[in-house]
Amino acid sequence: MPNRSFFWFFFPAGLAMILFIGLPIISTGIQSFYAQHDQILIEVKKCDPFGCKTSVVVDQEATSKIKDEKPLGKFNGFGTYIDRNHLATDQVSEFWNESKSVGEFIGKVGNLPFYKALLFTLTYCVIVTPCVLLLGFIIALSLNAISRKIRGPLIFGTILPMIVTPLVGSLVLFWMIDAEGIIGANLQILMDDPYLSVKSSKALTWITIIIYGVWHHSPFAFVVFYAALQTVPQEPLEASIIDGASRFQRVKHIVLPHIYPVVTFVALISLMDNFRVFEPIIGFSAEGSAQSLSWLIYDNLVNEEVILFGSAAATSIMTIVGISIILTPVLLRTWKEFRTNR
Amino acid sequence: MDFGLDKKSNSLKTFNTIFIVIWLLLACFPFIWTFWGSFKVRADFFSRADWWYAITAFNTLIEKGASFTKEAYSGAWFEGEFWKASRNTVIVTISVVSISLFLGTLGAYALSRSTKNYAFWILIIALIFRAMPHITLVSGYLFPFFQLQIWGILPTTIVVLVAINQPFTLWLLYSFFKTVPKELDESALIDGCSYFQAFRHIIMPVMWPGVITAGLFSLMLAYNDFTVTALLLNQENHTMVPKIQSYLGTNQHEGNLMWAVSAVVSATAPLFLLVMFFQRQVISGLTAGAIKG
Repeated sequence: MPNRSFFWFFFPAGLAMILFIGLPIISTGIQSFYAQHDQILIEVKKCDPFGCKTSVVVDQEATSKIKDEKPLGKFNGFGTYIDRNHLATDQVSEFWNESKSVGEFIGKVGNLPFYKALLFTLTYCVIVTPCVLLLGFIIALSLNAISRKIRGPLIFGTILPMIVTPLVGSLVLFWMIDAEGIIGANLQILMDDPYLSVKSSKALTWITIIIYGVWHHSPFAFVVFYAALQTVPQEPLEASIIDGASRFQRVKHIVLPHIYPVVTFVALISLMDNFRVFEPIIGFSAEGSAQSLSWLIYDNLVNEEVILFGSAAATSIMTIVGISIILTPVLLRTWKEFRTNR
Repeated sequence: MDFGLDKKSNSLKTFNTIFIVIWLLLACFPFIWTFWGSFKVRADFFSRADWWYAITAFNTLIEKGASFTKEAYSGAWFEGEFWKASRNTVIVTISVVSISLFLGTLGAYALSRSTKNYAFWILIIALIFRAMPHITLVSGYLFPFFQLQIWGILPTTIVVLVAINQPFTLWLLYSFFKTVPKELDESALIDGCSYFQAFRHIIMPVMWPGVITAGLFSLMLAYNDFTVTALLLNQENHTMVPKIQSYLGTNQHEGNLMWAVSAVVSATAPLFLLVMFFQRQVISGLTAGAIKG
């Protein structure tokens, strides 16, 4: 296709992506170097019959004037990145000097907001992704062994958790595990502890969100693996049966090598999706014990008093860096494929 | 893998069936339970005394005189103005699907028919864009949108959702267009068609399955979106998902939990019906990017 026609065909889609994905990333980068203005304080002398008092109040007029002049806030350089709510370099080095053991140091750092969120996000990714792959693969294998006639409805039932939006999915589960819901109440009876509540314990909340993550993402892995299983060639399988290979050996030596490229694809897609975990935290009302990087950004953006653009932007940029690290192997692979195909 | 040689033992068959049944129960029961509970009063669905009340409808019988009540629905839809939210969702969804299909088919066709290097790079950039968490993009939008005073209205959200949706739509349609033989439009070009005419009259008619799949995915994205709609729309223009969140209540004001339950059911039901009818397309879309290697 000549360049000219390509340009006109691609122009609308390209424009939309540049304006609303490319520019926002740049805008986030710029915002992350600014912080909201300090409020301008003035001393006011108030006199009443009992004497004069000076008090410090916010000068609303001057504050809003400076806001109108520089709506972006004051230039802060990398200040936002290294403050207590983000990388907290001062606190980390202080902890490093103070702490006697590495364990103590990690414990202290893990309590800083950014590292806390990072820790949860990484834990979630590291546990959920392999579980999703494994469960998805087992479901695919086992549905594949069931009669073709009833597979349709079974597949429909299987993909339900994936179709609903994470907020709705987590709410539906949350209402069941609530102390007044069906699972929560039965857990109390089972554990013989009338005060058992998933909400109150940090560990239980983490486990719940992780179970939710596996429940929500496994259907995606299932669908892709199921489709891949349909393309496994039959001849080597038959040959291996004649040679006396067991079921497990067949899966390990023939099926898995065949669908290996698909496994990496699913792993990377779910890793990227898991890295942005955030709606379940709202659905499970788990802000108290589990926070993710995306949740930190959301929290800054819905701040009641003043929206913390700079803080949200700095966290966003660091999230984007994290995503890029995850994405590098995919890009390298695509690049190699492209080079060999040329 | 059903062929004559592969004799399955009975115990394996039983184990397999049990496993599938357990999984299906895990996958579907939460929805069935919520659907059932949405016709009860709060004291039954969230019962302090005995969870069994949710089935026997103990309090619903006392309060309403019947074991099923539509109170939660009428409350959410009228008092809670869920009708407004669903109207907004319909507007957003239809606009996003039609615009993003229009842009996506044109763009993906060009990408699939170009042999130049830049087409590859555009696809790579689209892949990077696809990986961006939506919340990081939203943090980039908010400030400029406030300044331009286009925050809070539906058109802004529609355009944003179309753009966010574009990378995935492009990749999906690109892989579909690749399956349409090049000779088809080349012969049309030789006969004197312009590229656009070839696209419009030769390629599009055979592309319907792909377009329907891409449309379904745009629909699910627009319909399910929480991040963008919750932060870019004002209260008045909220779509279904942020509306459900607003029923949950915050520290400042108490929510109405049964409204949220019935709203969840109302929002989920159309989606399930849709997927039931278009299951084949959904699955082909999910696997389009994966099954090549």
